[in-house]
Amino acid sequence: MPVDVEARVIRNTRLSPDYNVITLAAPEIADATAPGQFVMVKPGRCGDPLLRRPFSVFEVLREHGRVTGLTLLSKRIGVTTSMLFDAVEGDTISCLGPLGKPFELVEPPVQAWMVAGGVGLAPFATLGEALVARGTKTTLFYGARSGKELFYLDWFASRGIDLILATEDGTQGDKGRITLPLERELQRAGSADVMVYACGPEPMLEAVAHVAEKYGRPSQVSVERVMGCGMGGCYSCVIPVKDAGGGQHYVRSCIGGPVFKGAELVWN
Amino acid sequence: MAASGCFGYGVEYADAVDLASIGAVVSKGLFIKERSGHPPQRIVETPSGMLNAIGLQGIGVHRYIKEKLPELRRLGATNVINICGSTLDEYVELARILSDAEGVHALEINISCPNIKEGGITFGCSLHGTFDVVSAIKKVTRLPVIPKLTPNVTDVASIAKAAEDAGADAVSLVNTFLAMAIDVETRRPKLSNIVGGLSGPAIRPIAVRMVYECRRAVKIPIIGMGGIANATDALEFMIAGATAVQVGTANFVDPFIWSKLLDGMTDYLRRHRIERIADLVGSVDTSAREKQWISS
Repeated sequence: MPVDVEARVIRNTRLSPDYNVITLAAPEIADATAPGQFVMVKPGRCGDPLLRRPFSVFEVLREHGRVTGLTLLSKRIGVTTSMLFDAVEGDTISCLGPLGKPFELVEPPVQAWMVAGGVGLAPFATLGEALVARGTKTTLFYGARSGKELFYLDWFASRGIDLILATEDGTQGDKGRITLPLERELQRAGSADVMVYACGPEPMLEAVAHVAEKYGRPSQVSVERVMGCGMGGCYSCVIPVKDAGGGQHYVRSCIGGPVFKGAELVWN
Repeated sequence: MAASGCFGYGVEYADAVDLASIGAVVSKGLFIKERSGHPPQRIVETPSGMLNAIGLQGIGVHRYIKEKLPELRRLGATNVINICGSTLDEYVELARILSDAEGVHALEINISCPNIKEGGITFGCSLHGTFDVVSAIKKVTRLPVIPKLTPNVTDVASIAKAAEDAGADAVSLVNTFLAMAIDVETRRPKLSNIVGGLSGPAIRPIAVRMVYECRRAVKIPIIGMGGIANATDALEFMIAGATAVQVGTANFVDPFIWSKLLDGMTDYLRRHRIERIADLVGSVDTSAREKQWISS
């Protein structure tokens, strides 16, 4: 059951001129969050922005075994993300969650390959931790525009997650899109069982789902659509899903997702 | 009451809200058949409001009765079913089907959705259309019939009167205001449907005015809505003339709004020593104010 918490900002760390990680005192939500779930966030009580915005839970924070809060990874692009970027310690941010269908976890001998594009890194900290805890060999494929926009590399490495990077300007890892190294590694993977997880811009998700399918591997993708409520009330965030009969129908990504099987989505 | 199209079918909120504790759950608009709705983008934010053009995506009345109604009954919800048709016959057919279903308490007649091409709002925009739909439905059902009125008319009070003359048991108003938003960078409309319906606090003063006008034109109860986001807003509608109120967009922002509304309204009644909330309905005092002081 989701709860609404007026969460105090414990810390706000700017990672770049656009990216920040904001720490919220919402242990009730953090404790109940499964990897891939999201929260609906509203900074301030004003009418602009009126609606909440969805954010993947980035990290679940623990101190002495107790859950103390959660973090959100945000990229400043609109009104809400600008407010999150500018928030200071002591501000309160309304946080509703956890919401949505989480990732399905895999266990050894299946390997987990997480593919992140830009701010699409967000769900993979909790997913990576959950997979590693099960002993699953986990790799993060992480792409961004430049090396300056690759964050938390040490965080993932220190948890035993292998890193494969790509940047569009070639400043770190492969030069180009993250699907480049993904396809290369799939070619090398032989008969290994691999579950591909992806989060990022929709064209990237489409490319990842197709590459996974080409090499006969299942995929789970976390989509982001324009969302009004996060609870299934407004029918804004729909995404076309394949029917058994060859047709398609719209599914609300807030309650039917945000995680979908790559093979079940109809790509534009 | 939870406004149509803003609360799914109700069951989506059962984890967060005790459905029996709210006045009624008004279902998402139902046609006889399933509908896929418009392609995204379906909503866009505007100052203190939002535009939507969902296009009445829905599971159709038969699946609703089979898949949703039993759960809603189990949860103790009072169910008002919002029905939409492309033709007069479809409205009548829907009213017949739902009159035979267990657990339906009233019908809200959607003659006001601005987002679909056929039927619906074309009835609600004319006196004859409104009269014909309501009287045809009244002939086939014993359920309370509540036409939901569009604000996209010159004189909403005359439409309310036509509904009353046709035998409507109440009217609900307002549905959304036909509106548009354009991305100036791309010069493209922000909604796939080009135009959509504006809701949220931005429309509240217009909706309050319309409830006030209808109160003076009809004797049947009015269910008021339009941007209600807290107890004060709800009370404003009641003082303007609404017997009950619906909440829509605000539920998107705060799914736990219901108990806060009830607490706030109860506190108001206590503070003003009003025993029955019905005494508040239409109690707006428009008599000339006495001068408080004389300026020089």
